[in-house]
Amino acid sequence: MDTPSAPDSAPPPAGDRREFLTKAAAIAIGGAITAVPPIAGLCVFLDPLRREASAGASVLVASLSALTEGGEPRKFPVLADKVDAWNRATNVPVGAVYLQRLKDNKIRALNVVCPHAGCFVDFRPAQNKYHCPCHDSSFGLDGAILDPKSPSPRPLDELPVEIRKGTEVWVTFQNFRAGEHKKIPV
Amino acid sequence: MKALDWLDHRTGYKRLLHETLFENVPGGARWRYVWGSTLAFCFMVQVVTGLALWLAYSPSSQTAWESVYYIQHEMWGGWFLRGVHHYTAHAMTVLLVVHLMQVVIDGAYKAPREFNFWSGIVLLLLTLALSLTGYLLPWDQKGFWATKVATNIAAITPVIGPSLQKLVVGGNDYGHHTLTRFFALHAGIIPGLIIAFIVGHIYLFRKHGLTPKLPKRRPDAAFWPDQVLRDAVACLAVLVVVLFLVFRYHGAELGAPADPSEPFSAARPEWYFLFLFELLKYFPGGTEVWGAIVLPGLLMAVLAAMPFIGNWKLGHRFNLAFLWAMMGGVAALTFLAIGADRSNPNHTIAVRTAEQEAHRAVVLARGPDGIPITGAVTLLRNDPLTQGPKIFAKSCASCHRYDGHDGLGGQPKDKASAADLKGFASRAWLTGLFDPAKVDGSLYFGDTAHKRGKMVKYVKEDVASLDDAGKKELAQAIVALSAEARLKAQREQDRQDEALIATGTKALIGTKLSCIDCHRFHEDGEELGTAPDLTGYGSREWIVGIITNPEHQRFYGAKNDRMPAFGEEKQLTPHEIGLVTDWLRGEWYEPAAKKPE
Ligand code: FES
Repeated sequence: MDTPSAPDSAPPPAGDRREFLTKAAAIAIGGAITAVPPIAGLCVFLDPLRREASAGASVLVASLSALTEGGEPRKFPVLADKVDAWNRATNVPVGAVYLQRLKDNKIRALNVVCPHAGCFVDFRPAQNKYHCPCHDSSFGLDGAILDPKSPSPRPLDELPVEIRKGTEVWVTFQNFRAGEHKKIPV
Repeated sequence: MKALDWLDHRTGYKRLLHETLFENVPGGARWRYVWGSTLAFCFMVQVVTGLALWLAYSPSSQTAWESVYYIQHEMWGGWFLRGVHHYTAHAMTVLLVVHLMQVVIDGAYKAPREFNFWSGIVLLLLTLALSLTGYLLPWDQKGFWATKVATNIAAITPVIGPSLQKLVVGGNDYGHHTLTRFFALHAGIIPGLIIAFIVGHIYLFRKHGLTPKLPKRRPDAAFWPDQVLRDAVACLAVLVVVLFLVFRYHGAELGAPADPSEPFSAARPEWYFLFLFELLKYFPGGTEVWGAIVLPGLLMAVLAAMPFIGNWKLGHRFNLAFLWAMMGGVAALTFLAIGADRSNPNHTIAVRTAEQEAHRAVVLARGPDGIPITGAVTLLRNDPLTQGPKIFAKSCASCHRYDGHDGLGGQPKDKASAADLKGFASRAWLTGLFDPAKVDGSLYFGDTAHKRGKMVKYVKEDVASLDDAGKKELAQAIVALSAEARLKAQREQDRQDEALIATGTKALIGTKLSCIDCHRFHEDGEELGTAPDLTGYGSREWIVGIITNPEHQRFYGAKNDRMPAFGEEKQLTPHEIGLVTDWLRGEWYEPAAKKPE
């Protein structure tokens, strides 16, 4: 058997114009064909970026009679329509809120999601406060941060409430970005 | 031999084999050189078991948990396969750390091996990324909530954070595309990168040779057979540990199916990420980016700079001290995290609830109806045993109790002020109701307005003065009344006592007990409106009715004491009322062989 010739052993013919064109064409064509598959994939990869934050929708969450004036906060699921890629589901749980009835038919609604990193906060009746089971943030009944060392950057997210027909509690439900001082809708 | 020569001519395999097996090991074979090989072995195990899991896994929010459940509980050896994949991942993390320590201690990171060291660090990070992405794939509560925390933390990365989160999650919220993306990362992109880096890592390792531990104990020797044997024994040891864990815990855990609307207080990452989780507790609001991103980033930067630091006179000492300090810090944080959870009763309860729900989900999935097309999450949402106690605790337990607690085992702040509903309408419960000593006690009407009502008076006076024949009639009537409820637990008894029930029915409408002086019972008795209807007393339809509206003519009418009309006032949906009713009546699916819980 012959000794195989090493492909790079040929001396480079210096300054040859044709040689230069060959190299340039090889690089250009090679680069172009290599670039197409990643570009094709990139579009689908980046697709989620064009999904806009959803505007909060007003949802009937509870009846006023379910809440006693000056009573403890109670947790209610929020049922709404939900789109998950190719599926659309109607009237499914999309989140939950704590509702508390204050004086003069005022209702306070707090999103149950912790603004720190998204765990569900618990209401602790014994201490009359909210507590996050993940990194121990604690919040007062109005949602304010109780312990200044709490990892949460902002109070619990309060949501707009409206009482319709005198008996129905409607909440404009919205989630906000975790870990931010400001409430940025997602 | 001729055939092999022929093959060698065309492939040159002999040289390759020789290079692989007769690599020089300076100072002869040693146990401390085995770590790299154990890692290569683990990776191979993961590739093989991962591909096998892929044969049966389906990434979407309606099928991920379901397919993993099927692997774990229905497929031949599925639990074993998952177990090996799961615990080998743990082993790999541990071995990576050991390998890193060994490399630093032996000074193997120094020039000219910088690139080898860096590719090793990249491999460490890629392996951790594999763990992180793999944790979500079963789509159970634990993986779902823990990963949610992780992706929320990714979002605080300066500038690119929010877009990064969207790209990883596949949109604004968790769903199908979160799974497809995590799966593509876990089974395609990251393993591909790992293979590329392993090739580079081994190539560089061969190029520069092994870093001998000085002083050499023995003369140099070839890789084959002494070092190969040691490597093989080490891999065997790793495998034995993995298999031990697989059998000890019967494979990997699978929690209840992920439910974004169901709180999960037991959300914790895999144990080797606990230190990061714990670290976040020490960064008050808004400074989180320092703990989650800047600090780990700096530590990694120092690690990567070790080859340069090592050139400095005391550099190696510094590197060693730094590594030990970092490991010590990680260990301390991990122990703090575990300790905090151990001593937290709320966490213990959350973990227990999680285990119960996980178990229940499997029981239901294996039930006669199987898993519906909508996915397993609806199994638990429609299960009286799972939802009943929660609804009871939320809506009923401010007045009622269930066996003395709020349904979930807790104690509400307010004192009980209405009947204890455990076993409502059963023979035992009714016998207590007709006991003059108990009827106005706290288990029945004691704390309600009915305490001064006609029924309590009737039991205290009329029932108390019954003669023996009357007492017998009462006992029969109780059996008959209880049969109206058609309770699952009494079904057998009711069938056997058919004659007794017939006599009891007569007693119930008879003059001696005079029940129908106030109540209505089927065709007999008063018009509705004076006292609760005894027709179908305690049946599903009856309980749903009274919860929907206790002020209805059929129930307490105007005499209703504080009980809200849960259905009429829309405090509970018909579905929820049905669930709590079924739960109170003990009406939920139980597999035949096992005794009810
Ligand atoms: S998620 Fe609530 S404290 Fe971290």
